[in-house]
Amino acid sequence: MTRPADPPRADRQRLAGWGLQPRVDCDVYRPGSADELAALLRDAHGRHTLISRGLGRSYGDPATNADRAVVLHTGMDRFLAFDDAIGVVTAEAGVSFADLIDALLPRGWFPAVTPGTKFVTLGGAVAADVHGKNHHRDGSFNTCLIAFDLMTPTGDTLTCSREENADVFWATLGGMGLTGFILTVTLKMLRVTSSRIDVSSTRVGSLDAMLEHFAATDEDHRYSVAWIDCLARGAKLGRGVVMQGAHAEGNGTTDLRPDKRRAKSVPIHFPGCALNPLTVKAFNTAYYAKHGSGRHTEGFDPYFYPLDAVHHWNRVYGKRGFVQYQPVFPEQDGAAGVRAVINKLVDARRSSFLAVLKRMGGQAVGPLGFPMAGLTLAVDMPRGAGLEPFLHELDAVVLDHGGRVYLAKDAAMSAETFRAMYPRLDAFRAVQRRLDPDGVMSSTQARRLGIVGDA
Amino acid sequence: MSETAASPTRCALIVGATSGIARAVAQRLAERGWSLVLAGRDAEALEREAADLRVRHGVGVQTRRFDALDLDSHAGLIDGLDLAAAVLCHGIMLSNDAAVADIHEHRRMIDVNYTSYASVLEVLAACFAERGDGVIAAISSVAGDRGRPSNYCYGATKAAVSAYLSGLRGRLRPKGVAVLTIKPGPTDTPMTHGLTAKGPTATPQTVAKQIVRDIERRRSVCYTPRKWWPIMTIIRAIPEWLFKRTSL
Ligand SMILES: Cc1cc2nc3c(=O)[nH]c(=O)nc-3n(C[C@H](O)[C@H](O)[C@H](O)COP(=O)(O)OP(=O)(O)OC[C@H]3O[C@@H](n4cnc5c(N)ncnc54)[C@H](O)[C@@H]3O)c2cc1C
Ligand SMILES: NC(=O)c1ccc[n+]([C@@H]2O[C@H](COP(=O)([O-])OP(=O)(O)OC[C@H]3O[C@@H](n4cnc5c(N)ncnc54)[C@H](OP(=O)(O)O)[C@@H]3O)[C@@H](O)[C@H]2O)c1
Repeated sequence: MTRPADPPRADRQRLAGWGLQPRVDCDVYRPGSADELAALLRDAHGRHTLISRGLGRSYGDPATNADRAVVLHTGMDRFLAFDDAIGVVTAEAGVSFADLIDALLPRGWFPAVTPGTKFVTLGGAVAADVHGKNHHRDGSFNTCLIAFDLMTPTGDTLTCSREENADVFWATLGGMGLTGFILTVTLKMLRVTSSRIDVSSTRVGSLDAMLEHFAATDEDHRYSVAWIDCLARGAKLGRGVVMQGAHAEGNGTTDLRPDKRRAKSVPIHFPGCALNPLTVKAFNTAYYAKHGSGRHTEGFDPYFYPLDAVHHWNRVYGKRGFVQYQPVFPEQDGAAGVRAVINKLVDARRSSFLAVLKRMGGQAVGPLGFPMAGLTLAVDMPRGAGLEPFLHELDAVVLDHGGRVYLAKDAAMSAETFRAMYPRLDAFRAVQRRLDPDGVMSSTQARRLGIVGDA
Repeated sequence: MSETAASPTRCALIVGATSGIARAVAQRLAERGWSLVLAGRDAEALEREAADLRVRHGVGVQTRRFDALDLDSHAGLIDGLDLAAAVLCHGIMLSNDAAVADIHEHRRMIDVNYTSYASVLEVLAACFAERGDGVIAAISSVAGDRGRPSNYCYGATKAAVSAYLSGLRGRLRPKGVAVLTIKPGPTDTPMTHGLTAKGPTATPQTVAKQIVRDIERRRSVCYTPRKWWPIMTIIRAIPEWLFKRTSL
């Protein structure tokens, strides 16, 4: 036992998600071991609720707990085992994708599913069941996940996999931290022989052309994603650049070295006016003009993690913050849904710098899982007057087209919309209540969405 | 030296290896190719650190049991080891009120922070002096440079360590052994997490990088982050009649 006599000590901090708003006061604990976590769970029981937090890369409020407590997992960030013959790694949940790549890419292993930033913890990847540019082929993070250990809200540790405690396994994937604390994660990495990615980009002039291109070529590429100009409308709506990629073939030794480049940082919050319809239009037009069709090879960093090159890039939106809105639409209604959302964005002059479109491969298994076979769109919008009502209008459009909004990005959905988008909520609740009979788990998001009943 | 012989890896002992600063020092040493011996009182926690260092850096790591308060066990701490460096990192910080209120608790802090350092430092000194090589490093604190009303009980244990190391340094210099006094400013570890009066903290990684650099360069004193050297130089120069009126 570590320091058994010391009572756990909290640090009062003002926390937000990556979108910088809402900012709320939380009591932050940072246990260094499962024993310390168990001690603080006992201490918290009946006094306040808790939620896990990894690196805070979810955009909205799932990793905050206003006026209550947050458990930071960054003090539990150790690798525990690695089998180089088969690429299976076991690590504490606070280990990040950046750590995985630093340690294992030189030995020829890359994460088999990775989100668009490497500053995400394994715990966060499980809790959101994150997807990458290969969802159309390989599915979400769970497909490379073998098992995890979960400390439940009552302080027991459960090993969860497809075979063992399967209902807890699936409820935790996408369960946004509400089933308990993920302690360790075991996953299988992907064998690679080079740190570089062969990329082919194709410029397409409309949404229909883009969907045709996806349909004709997606299966041939491990990775596929498109940037779209979300100011273009009418016949040009959905024009953009499809970027498809595969791990380059290398010699398995020196070719595995990452490119050394130093990340830059945005040191201050930009004034709120730096991003306005004019700069956004200039950016979108220039981006479309610059990226023609062609092939090239680039490092994994610029390919998978372009935004990581600038630390704190979220500050370009200023202190008012921003949201990222990411719906997914089922295949049959996908194009209509994307069109409807983009038209609304253009009408409201809320178009985005970065709009990303991608085909998803299959329906999530977990009751709160996000993916469905179809199309997912992600757009950034600065916060400002009238944004929340506008997001609710978008929610209605998404619901109309049979879609749902990603909880890792959500910051404003109503409980009613959430219930309609996630019809298996009751199945989730049944598992959650069984694991947490005393209502220890809660987050700002979970209360807003009415997932848990904490007053 | 023959071209073909693999250069022998240098081995460092880290005492109190589960501490926040020690963990970062271990990462940095391993990154630079050192093999490690981790000593501490929590065997399971040490094994987790060791596994992590092996996976991340592919270096050799052993673990050993060490309890600062079990003085009789210290003589055997480095049996069978061939060390190029040792770093003492363990420590506790009671609040000044807690120490003043209970002399037994206070004495426990003195024993962990000072008595055990004196004990282990002599074990290391005897071994390193005989080999005529190596670096002995130990963590004191900026808090040991001056006694402040808010934290003098802890500060006094660190002042004792600093004075001890200063004498030991002179004694071991002719033997070819370097002694490094490490004086961190407030650092973001479990020791300071949640303390309201600590002010801004440095990351353990920043502190560890400078500690390892100064070990490898065989320096005498390591203020870390570096800004603490000029700050403490000024604070140490303030005469006592004036210092007692300040609230530093
Ligand atoms: C630039 C950028 C690009 C992104 N790209 C993608 C993408 O391509 N695909 C995608 O799917 N997502 C993407 N995301 C979102 C991100 O992957 C998820 O929000 C992820 O969950 C963040 O992980 P985190 O470690 O930062 O967790 P946090 O944001 O701190 O927490 C997220 C959720 O995980 C829970 N959680 C965290 N750790 C644990 C634990 N140990 N035990 C239990 N619960 C835990 C929290 O309670 C919370 O509900 C992106 C985010 C950014 C900023
Ligand atoms: N953090 C700062 O701001 C700061 C500033 C200046 C100086 N320092 C000094 O730097 C050193 C490291 O501090 P830290 O912040 O990294 O502290 P920390 O994370 O709190 O770690 C303290 C360490 O001391 C060990 N320890 C305590 N009692 C022990 C005993 N009886 N026997 C063996 N080990 C014992 C603990 O072991 P367990 O894990 O088994 O409990 C733990 O590894 C300490 O000497 C501290 O005084 C710290």
